[in-house]
Amino acid sequence: MTSKKYILGVFEDEDVLLSAIEKTRAAGTKIYDVFSPYPIHGIDDVLGIQRSRLPIVAFFCGLCGTSFALWMQIYMLGFDWPMIIGGKPHVSLPSFIPVTFELTVLFAAFGMVITFFIISGLRPTLKVPVMDVRSTDDKYIMAIELKEGTDISKLNDLLRSNGAIEVNEKEVVK
Amino acid sequence: MQHVSPIREPLVTGGKTYADITEDVCRQVEAKPNVRWMMALGVSLVFLGIFIYSVYRTLWFGIGEWGLNKTVGWAWDITNFVWWVGIGHAGTLISAILLLFRQKWRTSINRAAEAMTIFAVICAAMFPVLHMGRPWLAYWVLPLPNTFGSLWVNFNSPLLWDVFAISTYFSVSLVFWYIGLIPDFATIRDRATGPIARRAYALLSMNWTGSAKHWSRYETVSLILAGLATPLVLSVHTIVSMDFATSVIPGWHTTIFPPYFVAGAIFSGFAMVLTLMIITRKTFGLEDYITLEHVESMNKVITLTGSIVGVAYITEFFIAWYSGVEYEQYAFINRATGPYWWAYWSMMTCNVITPQLFWFRSIRRSLTATFIISIFVNIGMWFERFVIIVTSLHRDFLPSSWVMFSPTSIDIGVYVGTMGLFFTLFLLFAKFFPVVNMAEVKSILKSSSGVNHTHNPDASMHGTAPKSHKHD
Repeated sequence: MTSKKYILGVFEDEDVLLSAIEKTRAAGTKIYDVFSPYPIHGIDDVLGIQRSRLPIVAFFCGLCGTSFALWMQIYMLGFDWPMIIGGKPHVSLPSFIPVTFELTVLFAAFGMVITFFIISGLRPTLKVPVMDVRSTDDKYIMAIELKEGTDISKLNDLLRSNGAIEVNEKEVVK
Repeated sequence: MQHVSPIREPLVTGGKTYADITEDVCRQVEAKPNVRWMMALGVSLVFLGIFIYSVYRTLWFGIGEWGLNKTVGWAWDITNFVWWVGIGHAGTLISAILLLFRQKWRTSINRAAEAMTIFAVICAAMFPVLHMGRPWLAYWVLPLPNTFGSLWVNFNSPLLWDVFAISTYFSVSLVFWYIGLIPDFATIRDRATGPIARRAYALLSMNWTGSAKHWSRYETVSLILAGLATPLVLSVHTIVSMDFATSVIPGWHTTIFPPYFVAGAIFSGFAMVLTLMIITRKTFGLEDYITLEHVESMNKVITLTGSIVGVAYITEFFIAWYSGVEYEQYAFINRATGPYWWAYWSMMTCNVITPQLFWFRSIRRSLTATFIISIFVNIGMWFERFVIIVTSLHRDFLPSSWVMFSPTSIDIGVYVGTMGLFFTLFLLFAKFFPVVNMAEVKSILKSSSGVNHTHNPDASMHGTAPKSHKHD
């Protein structure tokens, strides 16, 4: 059982939050995470979040779907049990397009979403994982991890001077 | 820095704050069900009972319970299937295509529209499965190794393409809908007071915290899913139309079918969205989120797609004459003047004439008129499929096999029964799930509510970071 302490700055406006993030980072303080009730545009740049590579995952999963669908249809109708259907060749690629397309989309969508769940740690749980319940309603929470010897009052002043309406401490037991 | 557009109307009215959005949407999830909801559920359950009885009759006594005969081997079942699938398409259009086009008005209606998609596809799937006669063997449509030395399914058949298209469409729509629901489930979880509600919504919200990193990935996932769902939705109705277009029946064997079916699907789907939204906004007091602006935008889509459908009807008729094929010409003359003339002219009136009324702004913005016209469009689109299917089949190449089709009470029971199924699912959704996407409405509030939410004008003037209102 390890526990970590965080100091939480509560903000009421997204523009105030964005400038506070910039000023906090400029002051050399590392921000653990920011929680908001909706996606804030422009927060990725100020927090230094890298562009997600999930589209690449989707592309390769889609490619797997395309290959699987083509292999399946060519193997089944062309080699395993060849049949003449409507006088067409056994491997009639034009009529394989619809199923190939559908499986491409299916694999791409599910592959990407499952990857998103795994890398973001999204799984069914009975806990309430948020640090402050207002962050899913109408407040923005900036969390800074408290390490040994961090000056709490200095952080408090920094957050308040940048527009935080409240500053709280929170202990999270992992 | 509030951007107030002189042309655009606000998308959220009533000077709402972020907390108001949470409150307004969560209210009906948290409160005890109201009387109107209970009454609506009661009526839906009666129709669901009719559905269960009709399905029981169909399965116990067989397909002979339906009015099909040797000449008309497909009638209400496939009509209803295409009708329901078509209705579903508007949900995907709103959630995916309008997302790619950055149409912000979609945010307050996309949740309910996507729910409609999922429930409509469930209803649609009932018909081909029941028409199999032995639905417990439905898994035979899948390419599974089997005891016949692995005789595989026929990948050249549009009916098989349909299996893949509909099941992919259903699963991808479900995932898209669920991804959008996760942050809103988290909101309900964090407000929940009862232990059961908190645990149930905690399970559903998948450990969601609203972390900036998760939001960044969430937006990427939504965008890519929208990009995947857009060609998917077009492919689904294209493939549905190929069930007909790849056959050699006069009246079906035409290349215009894919675009014509897709336009018709969006047309009927928007009508159903309007029917549902006008009731939902009234029942749950969501007038500030689903405004007249939303209704007007949807009515414009209806006028556009309705006009495409109208042009398609006329083109079809012209091409039948221009082809010089006697059977093709007869099929169309028979549609308009034969024994099913009333179905053809109901279709023409409901689909071609009524949506043109939306050229008048006062009609576009009238809830009563919109509601009535949306019902007309739904009726018209049902008749469209009935006309295409039954009139093309009932007068075969051999006059000796010419017959008329009339539905039995079981046919009617299965059809009105699926409406019971649909409305039961929709009402349960409206009670237990947030009907408006709170997170997305909050994300447009600052730029589209017409109210200044900025507390600190200095902070908002700092210009290095792109703002949420940059797309206006």
